[in-house]
Amino acid sequence: MMGRAVPAQRRCRGLALSVGVFLAALIAPAVRADDKLLLTGSSTVAPLAAEIAKRYESLHPGVRVDVQMGGSARGVTDIRHGLADIGMVSRALKADEADLTAYTIAFDGVTMIVNKVNPITTLTEEQIVAIYTGKIREWSAVGPGKGQIVIENKAEGRSTLELFLDHFKLSSPEIKADVVVGDNEEALKFVSVSPNALGYVSIGGAVYAADSGVPIKALPLDGVEPTIEAVATRKFPILRELNLVLARPPEGRVKDFINYAQSGEVYDLVKELFYVPIR
Amino acid sequence: MISSKSSSTFRFVDRISKAEPWEDRLLRMILWPAGVLAGTVSLAIVLVITIEAGPGLGEIGVVRLLADPSWHPANGRFNLLPIIVDTVLVAALATSLAAAAGILSAIFCTSFAPRMLATCFTRMIELLAGIPSVVFGLWGMTVLVPAVAALAPPGPSLLAATLVLTLMILPTVTLVATSSLSRVPASLLIGGKALGLSAWSIATKIALPAARRGIATGVVLALGRALGETMAVLMVSGNIVQIPGSLFDPIRTLPATIALEIPYAEGLHRASLFVCALVLMAIVLTTVCFIELFQPESARD
Repeated sequence: MMGRAVPAQRRCRGLALSVGVFLAALIAPAVRADDKLLLTGSSTVAPLAAEIAKRYESLHPGVRVDVQMGGSARGVTDIRHGLADIGMVSRALKADEADLTAYTIAFDGVTMIVNKVNPITTLTEEQIVAIYTGKIREWSAVGPGKGQIVIENKAEGRSTLELFLDHFKLSSPEIKADVVVGDNEEALKFVSVSPNALGYVSIGGAVYAADSGVPIKALPLDGVEPTIEAVATRKFPILRELNLVLARPPEGRVKDFINYAQSGEVYDLVKELFYVPIR
Repeated sequence: MISSKSSSTFRFVDRISKAEPWEDRLLRMILWPAGVLAGTVSLAIVLVITIEAGPGLGEIGVVRLLADPSWHPANGRFNLLPIIVDTVLVAALATSLAAAAGILSAIFCTSFAPRMLATCFTRMIELLAGIPSVVFGLWGMTVLVPAVAALAPPGPSLLAATLVLTLMILPTVTLVATSSLSRVPASLLIGGKALGLSAWSIATKIALPAARRGIATGVVLALGRALGETMAVLMVSGNIVQIPGSLFDPIRTLPATIALEIPYAEGLHRASLFVCALVLMAIVLTTVCFIELFQPESARD
């Protein structure tokens, strides 16, 4: 019985081997070293950088751009040690990072949103902190409207959560939320079907959603209306830059890529990811 | 049991075909790599998850995974216990509801309903089985959650998740129970009738016990699906990590945790999500073992 099975096994081993070699030949990168770019750093910048890289590759056949996540800190470390060609950092550079140069490719702002039927027109920063830490539970305590506030928060690790916590000087464990969602789309969807919900999303996401008829309302913060202009002119209070950083003056392929990433040709990609293009 | 059976089948095939026809040889050449590939892929998945979870189990440790003050991985707190409890709780509740409704409707279909109505009902249940889970989630989020919120805020809750899951696994329980009941030998049912038993007694005292293994397999299959369901639950459960005090409190399941947090997780946070995957697999595998327990005897029927 086994005598018959063995040749069959041997045959398929040969087959598997040839299939493997064929696949390896397909996957093997036929790219020269000087046509390869490596970007590492912030997971907020990475999705945008990856989209830009994809389009850049299609415009420059033979060039390969790799984007790896690892946080803004890794972006800074890698570019200092020459481990990456370009670093990605989702904030302005700090004072002790003066050896680096930042090239802003987009802005990201965070705005509070409520359902369109909610009569509330504005919330102060103190009220927002009190609501998110569970000290205020009713809409009647902060203005017109009634019912229990349904507090929406983002999942751990999301960049909008970090920006929100950072601005309001809160830490994750202090927040008493009723609903946790993943991305902006889910947050918008939930608030659009929940009359008593309060949430926060990327400002671009809120503006594009409201424009396309989703029943939500973005609230002004510190008297600044949540608009794309307020972000682009850096007037909106909860705001950050999405940067590509370099340790040396840009040249060659790196310079070309950065110019492309800052050009108007990628604004549609910036908007798709709910960020705000630079002007 | 299963392996010994299949090897005896092979021996039988060997005996009748001294010179193996070329179709069989071709089939062997196709089947061998296919089998090897399937086996390798599933082993590779288990291996990768275990390796990725390694730092989580090693550096965080089982004690902290079960006893940290909360689940805030970005702040170094990794208490998985409420998530595990929620996962099992919502799956168990949904499976009980689906089992009750599914078995009762299967009895109705096989013993009481006119043939037209039974066929119609079965088609409807099959339609329910064909609805993608994200559609259930969307329906739950836009219809069920606001309805629950009107009863007791906030709305996304254990109750909403249980109801959506129940609807999703109901077809599995109902269809398996219906086919098990309709495979009960007619002689048993006729015997019951000859003894002058009522239709209800025939259904519950004769048909149901005779079909119980098949029904139990269906229920366990449904439980497995309920444990692993991600999207629909994520959309209606609220995803707050806590052991719920009531049906109206939000909960967070293991698959939802992985789906929500993996895109931006790094370091220990990422490793802890692979621990979630490992725990989930262990729970699902345990339920599959229950199916294996039922299987041998039902095969003999």
